[in-house]
Amino acid sequence: MKFAVVVFPGSNCDHDAHYAATHVLGQQAEYVWHKDTSLGNADAVILPGGFAHGDYLRTGAIARFSPVMTAVRKFADAGGPVLGICNGFQVLLEAGMLPGAMLRNRSVKFQCEHVLIKTEQTDTPFTLACRPGQVLRIPIAHGEGNYYAEPDVVARLDKNRQVVFRYTNADGVETEDANPNGSVSNIAGLCNERRNVVGLMPHPERACELALGSSDGRVLFDSVVRAVTQGAFAAAR
Amino acid sequence: MTIAPDVLERHGLKPDEYQRIVDALKREPTLTELGIFSVMWSEHCSYKSSRVHLRTLPTTGPRVLQGPGENAGAVDIGDGLAAVFKIESHNHPSFIEPYQGAATGVGGIIRDIFTMGARPIALLNSLRFGSLDDPLVRRTFAGVVAGIAGYGNSIGIPTVGGEVGFDESYTGNPLVNVFCLGIANAADIIKGVASGAGNAVYYVGAKTGRDGIHGATMASAEFDDKSAEKRPAVQVGDPFMEKLLLEACLEVMKTDALIGIQDMGAAGLTCSTSEMGSRGGAGVEIDVSLVPQRESGMTPYEIMLSESQERMLMVVKRGREAEVEQIFEKWDLHAVRVGEVTTDGKLRVKNRGEVVAEIPNGALTDEAPVYRRPMVEPAYLKEVQQLSFGSLGKPAAPAEVFRRLLGSPTIASKRWVYRQYDHMVRTNTLVMPGMGAGVVRVKGTNRALAMSVDCNGRFVYLDPFVGAQLAVAEAARNVACAGGVPIGATNCLNFGNPERPEIMWQFAKAVEGMGAACRTLGIPITGGNVSLYNETDGRGVLPTPVLGVVGLIEEADTVVRRAFQAAGDVVIMLGDTRDELGGSEYLKVMHGLIRGVPPALDLGREAALHRVLIEGAATGIIRSAQDCSEGGFAVTLTECCIGTGLGADVELPGVASATPGLGDIATLFSESASRVIVSVAAGREADLLGLAAREGVSARRIGLVGGSGIRVAIDGRRVLDEPLNEAEQTWATAIERYFEPARAIA
Repeated sequence: MKFAVVVFPGSNCDHDAHYAATHVLGQQAEYVWHKDTSLGNADAVILPGGFAHGDYLRTGAIARFSPVMTAVRKFADAGGPVLGICNGFQVLLEAGMLPGAMLRNRSVKFQCEHVLIKTEQTDTPFTLACRPGQVLRIPIAHGEGNYYAEPDVVARLDKNRQVVFRYTNADGVETEDANPNGSVSNIAGLCNERRNVVGLMPHPERACELALGSSDGRVLFDSVVRAVTQGAFAAAR
Repeated sequence: MTIAPDVLERHGLKPDEYQRIVDALKREPTLTELGIFSVMWSEHCSYKSSRVHLRTLPTTGPRVLQGPGENAGAVDIGDGLAAVFKIESHNHPSFIEPYQGAATGVGGIIRDIFTMGARPIALLNSLRFGSLDDPLVRRTFAGVVAGIAGYGNSIGIPTVGGEVGFDESYTGNPLVNVFCLGIANAADIIKGVASGAGNAVYYVGAKTGRDGIHGATMASAEFDDKSAEKRPAVQVGDPFMEKLLLEACLEVMKTDALIGIQDMGAAGLTCSTSEMGSRGGAGVEIDVSLVPQRESGMTPYEIMLSESQERMLMVVKRGREAEVEQIFEKWDLHAVRVGEVTTDGKLRVKNRGEVVAEIPNGALTDEAPVYRRPMVEPAYLKEVQQLSFGSLGKPAAPAEVFRRLLGSPTIASKRWVYRQYDHMVRTNTLVMPGMGAGVVRVKGTNRALAMSVDCNGRFVYLDPFVGAQLAVAEAARNVACAGGVPIGATNCLNFGNPERPEIMWQFAKAVEGMGAACRTLGIPITGGNVSLYNETDGRGVLPTPVLGVVGLIEEADTVVRRAFQAAGDVVIMLGDTRDELGGSEYLKVMHGLIRGVPPALDLGREAALHRVLIEGAATGIIRSAQDCSEGGFAVTLTECCIGTGLGADVELPGVASATPGLGDIATLFSESASRVIVSVAAGREADLLGLAAREGVSARRIGLVGGSGIRVAIDGRRVLDEPLNEAEQTWATAIERYFEPARAIA
């Protein structure tokens, strides 16, 4: 299968996502410049981490206007799998493709460290290879990952089973200590109602090889390979 | 026109230097020319006080592809690849404005690396501050860390290691030294040269403003009081702009359309034009009216001396201009043709066609003044080298010393710092910060690179020659602990005012020691930076010649880490502990003293130790390794246990101390050089002892990994029995409790 890795000016995890897709998974991947209007014949789209346009305004606030986002939205509307990682998640929020917003971390500092997240939904293209409730050890690296949404929005997310990942302890229990940034309801990742667009703050592409400290993130990529291969979540072109 | 003496003084030029300018030009300089000379002949650009000493350093070796004199050094790492690296200081700006000072320091060193055609893949830093008890120091410390994080994280280059130390001497003068390493194709390394008459000279990147114009050059007939006010002393960094510049430059470099490129760092356009011309044996002519400007009404003087960040100067092959412009266009950057290469060897500056400066490049670079400044052995040395324990009273119990040392900010965990740095981006980081040398893999090969920056300023203060040797030994040892063969080094020499003969003596002795150690250990120094005048109120910082060593690991999966791996593994001590508490953290923490002589160093023995570590790693015998430095054996043993939940139970032979009753303290806390605590699987003990014996390195089985405590006996007497979790808590929270008191109490 083929991944499209979108490159905004200021993206800096684009190489890492590309490397995970190609060198670790043995799949194809192509960079798509933000000024491009086509995603080519990609089967899945990754919006990578970084600081798009420097994030001098709100994170992702300018990137959502990039020409490529029209194509990404069209791809998602057609059912194609889209994964937003860290800054990519922030872009999806700003683009209105996922609900809610990001605040600065509770610590008011950038934080880079491994955290634990529990997989709450296994019927998205990026989690279908996970065991229900599987706890993954994956690093975060962000200054603005404190997810916020109004209580009614959070309630709707719960009702629709749109919270895909939550920060938990090793036993899968949501605790205050396990929440690295103050996110409401310990939310680490979400999907849209159609379940084909997933965004999360932790970096699964940094946790695809044991040599780097964890290979728990690989399951997200294995999932989408399986989803695409099985024909589930294929973009209707 | 005649230059008034006060104008000269404000430009930091001495009367005899002015005469040299007149001789070089064969006429009086214009004010713009005077400004150009003043920055090029400044200590920072010309190394006029340090050059005679730096020339004695070893800079060549079979792997050296580029030695000093370019934007950065480069060494061959096999597979046709080069490691390009350098360290640089940003001390003074970081005190004035900690966040931007540190951030622009990071930006500057990154530019030095990618101008060589290398993709930067790792950052390290070596930081020094005063005591954290001082609120101003806490503010500086927090600001510097945030600035490094803000720049490095945004541009997407991981900070994979470094060191942070605290001593009152740095209160008004913190040290911020940043190291960057990149990877390039050895055949494609690009240099800062201008050649080929008629080739276009391009300006790329951010616009030029009035920021960072040298303070010494502020007032003159052309300026009024208001323009001086507009000029901030410290530049402001824009990591996003630099990220674009980085990607665009690397893309252009793939096309072979470039002749040369140089970052506009210190002395901005002046330095880049004259140095590129000088290296290429050519002249460079530019028209400053073409330079993109952020402010209106800038004079040629200001444009030439501005140190605005994120700018580069490129020489493009004739006929390839459109190709280059197109790539910068893609990244929304403007590449502006500001001039061309000439044959006359001069820097010619025009303003709307009118010549405002015309100076032979040689006069600005190779023929800049070089001074052999007077030196004298400092009077303090004899006094501070005396150390009498008799007057210090009965030593505290080992357990108390142990806890105090673990809680000393210099020794304690730096997690509060490195958690703010993205240390994993680019997915190469094999050894996380806080675990000894930083190690990154080199994608596309089986290799990895280990990097360490080190210096113990106390040792250098007590004996500059030996202290500098110890810095080399420690940096190389850290790299060897990870399994890396030291293949190159870069230095950042932080000293006080060189016009004081005592400081110049410290500098000269330290350079001599550094050179001797690098020669014996076979580590060429491929470049670096000198930072002088690190003083406040006439008191210099501890002399701090930081050395950054790069080590090559042939098989990335053999990298050795600090932490013990499994209960039942055998703990082996490599090297000998002696009664050497001079300059130790023990003396500083328990008695507030920096006295005595630093530990002795036998470079032959040090080199042998490295061979044992490197072979032990490559053959998989060694399962963990950590060098003994600040805090001595007891602290190092604890560092091996932290994070694993595995304690250790060991027994050491006691060290005979000249001072009765101090034997246990010396055994546990001496900072003797050339020592490493390693662990091996139970069945491999004999292999390691055999390897050590062959190399003539003393090695002793001292105990086993396991249990939940740090248990140390000396000659059969239990002297330390501390619960690991408590020791870990003390060590882990010592720095953050200065910033998050509530959490530390909870």
